[in-house]
Amino acid sequence: MTELTLLQAINQALHLAMKKHKEVIIIGEDVGKDGGVFRTTEGLITKFGKDRVIDSPLSEAGIVGSCVGMAAAGLRPVAEIQFSGFIFPAMQEIVSHAARIRTRSRGVYTCPIVIRSPCSGGIRALEHHSESEEAFYAQVPGLKVIMPSTPYDAKGLLLAAIEDPDPVIFLEPKRIYRSVKEDVPDRYYTVPIGKAKVVQEGQDVTVVSWGAMMQTTRKALEQLKDISVELIDLRTMSPLDDATIVESVRKTGKLVVVQEAPKTCSVAAEIITRVNEKALDSLEAPMRRVSGPDVIMPLYQLENYYIPSVERIVKAIQETHAY
Amino acid sequence: MPEKTIASFSIRKLSIMDEKGHVDEKLLPRLSHDTILKMYKSMVLGRLLDPKLLAMQRQGRISTYIEARGQEACQVGPIFALKKSDMIFPAFRETIAMITRGVPIENVLLYYGGDERGNKIPRRYAFFPVSIPVGSQSTHAVGYAYALKLHKKPNVSLTYFGDGATSEGECMEAMNFAGVWKTPTIFLCQNNQYAISTKHNQQTAAETYAQKAIAFGFEGIQVDGNDIFAVYKAVALAAKKARAGEGPTLIECFTYRLCDHTTSDDAKKYRDPKEVQEWEKKDPITRLRLFMERHKIWDKIKEGKLRKICEKEIDAAIKRWEKIPHPDISDMFTHTYASMPTELQEQLEEISHD
Ligand SMILES: Cc1ncc(C[n+]2csc(CCOP(=O)(O)OP(=O)(O)O)c2C)c(N)n1
Repeated sequence: MTELTLLQAINQALHLAMKKHKEVIIIGEDVGKDGGVFRTTEGLITKFGKDRVIDSPLSEAGIVGSCVGMAAAGLRPVAEIQFSGFIFPAMQEIVSHAARIRTRSRGVYTCPIVIRSPCSGGIRALEHHSESEEAFYAQVPGLKVIMPSTPYDAKGLLLAAIEDPDPVIFLEPKRIYRSVKEDVPDRYYTVPIGKAKVVQEGQDVTVVSWGAMMQTTRKALEQLKDISVELIDLRTMSPLDDATIVESVRKTGKLVVVQEAPKTCSVAAEIITRVNEKALDSLEAPMRRVSGPDVIMPLYQLENYYIPSVERIVKAIQETHAY
Repeated sequence: MPEKTIASFSIRKLSIMDEKGHVDEKLLPRLSHDTILKMYKSMVLGRLLDPKLLAMQRQGRISTYIEARGQEACQVGPIFALKKSDMIFPAFRETIAMITRGVPIENVLLYYGGDERGNKIPRRYAFFPVSIPVGSQSTHAVGYAYALKLHKKPNVSLTYFGDGATSEGECMEAMNFAGVWKTPTIFLCQNNQYAISTKHNQQTAAETYAQKAIAFGFEGIQVDGNDIFAVYKAVALAAKKARAGEGPTLIECFTYRLCDHTTSDDAKKYRDPKEVQEWEKKDPITRLRLFMERHKIWDKIKEGKLRKICEKEIDAAIKRWEKIPHPDISDMFTHTYASMPTELQEQLEEISHD
């Protein structure tokens, strides 16, 4: 066990994966000599060399597209997109190829790649450095989508993603890269993809969140000692573990979903729809979303109005509880 | 069937002024002393703005800043070589170009201070907002130039981008379109040798970036990017050509970023300080100053005065910026659409209430 930040846990997972699986290679902009702009790939190039840790030309389409080819030839590339907001040149490769190769070739070719990328706001960054795009990917059949909120899960889920036979979008909430710390086993382990985690049991209201919003939600819960909240960390957006959520709502009868992403057609919307379909009879209050608004993520003067605040979460839970 | 060479090419490099400020008189563009002094002032203003904003960033008054130290000739030269109505499509390192165009320094402060209103640059400046996704603005310059051509306007467009940007599809797609449409577009590549930590030899196997134009059927030229006369001349010639309906030009300005990539970067991690020192000797501002001194239009007293004037300008802008009230929450909603849909009005109310 070592106390690690989320960032260090990811770095450790990459080291372990490269050591264990000879086919794993790292590719991205500035991931080698620089160790990544957030230092998530620090030390890899010295240990594993520049053939396995590739400082690529500045091209997201090139990065992901070559990963598709590498994977077809038996490699297990882990690509880094420097910020999730810069992935768009690669969307063709992700949506039209990575996600479809298995289907298109009837399983002859597969695409076991991982695309890691820091996401979400709260670091006072420039434009395109702060968005939460998980719903985009959840809409694409063939992709798995993960966003961890703790160092333990980040490491285990990343290793699971690298072992996974299908393409995985691995979104890293950069606002909590360094702010969450916990003891993490030093060994290689995996955390199953597609499983939500009940992090706190409760009777009154089910609250589901993920990524950096888990921290804000935990802060909100500190102010709600008189309400017994069952808190669920979604961890994987696709495939979506509605069973865990439905089971919880059957017990509490109430649901609040907290996300940073825009409201409309979001993962929160999907969760609420699934609960509506599977547990309507258990509901005792309207289900609520606390989310970012449907506007462009603002620069930092206003970003704390965009990102759901502790107060907004507290209010939503209180109102849902009191309904 | 004989095998024969059906295409061959060569790339020229233009240098007019050396590191000591000596010039090749035959190549020197005809510029009045007044214009040269103005160019110099713009470069010095940029050079002095950078440390001020850097310091403000360190104090937390602004969050990020992107310097362009060492690239002042590439920033300033094109603005002087073009008409005020020629449209500029910048990337993100073009602060000095922007203020050279006359955009108030407050805009820069607002932007890096996390306020979107910094990007509100009135059309009269013909300067498009900052584009952060690398390489993505070049296509806009081509589309704009297509419209200019269609409307028979005597203007051109110029897009700034870096060496790294040439690896992005859009940048190459833009050049292809410009070649096919013969648009009046100038592609100004600032090859500052690095894209963050990525060196030119990891970016391309080509000897120059200039030669990329050849594949798209138009001229590419490399210039000494620390030589403002060379940059000026290349852009002026490209603009003349474009106005005459002869299409686009790619100008590779061979230069160096003396600073970190941004305030989030530490270039020491990937650059040898000796390399930086070598480039400091090629400083674009020093050589223009030496030229002016040699031509007796500059001296220490004038230098001192100019620096004071620039400092004052910057400080006055900072003072004006400090007085600008913070943006209202509604600012993030109002510009999403021409008119606000009901659902956004509801969301705005919800957020404002909490
Ligand atoms: C599409 C995209 N990918 C990645 C980034 C992150 N990024 C910002 S600047 C930069 C390097 C740009 O290099 P270059 O084009 O040479 O311009 P320079 O920064 O040297 O001026 C990178 C990778 C980005 N802004 N946009």
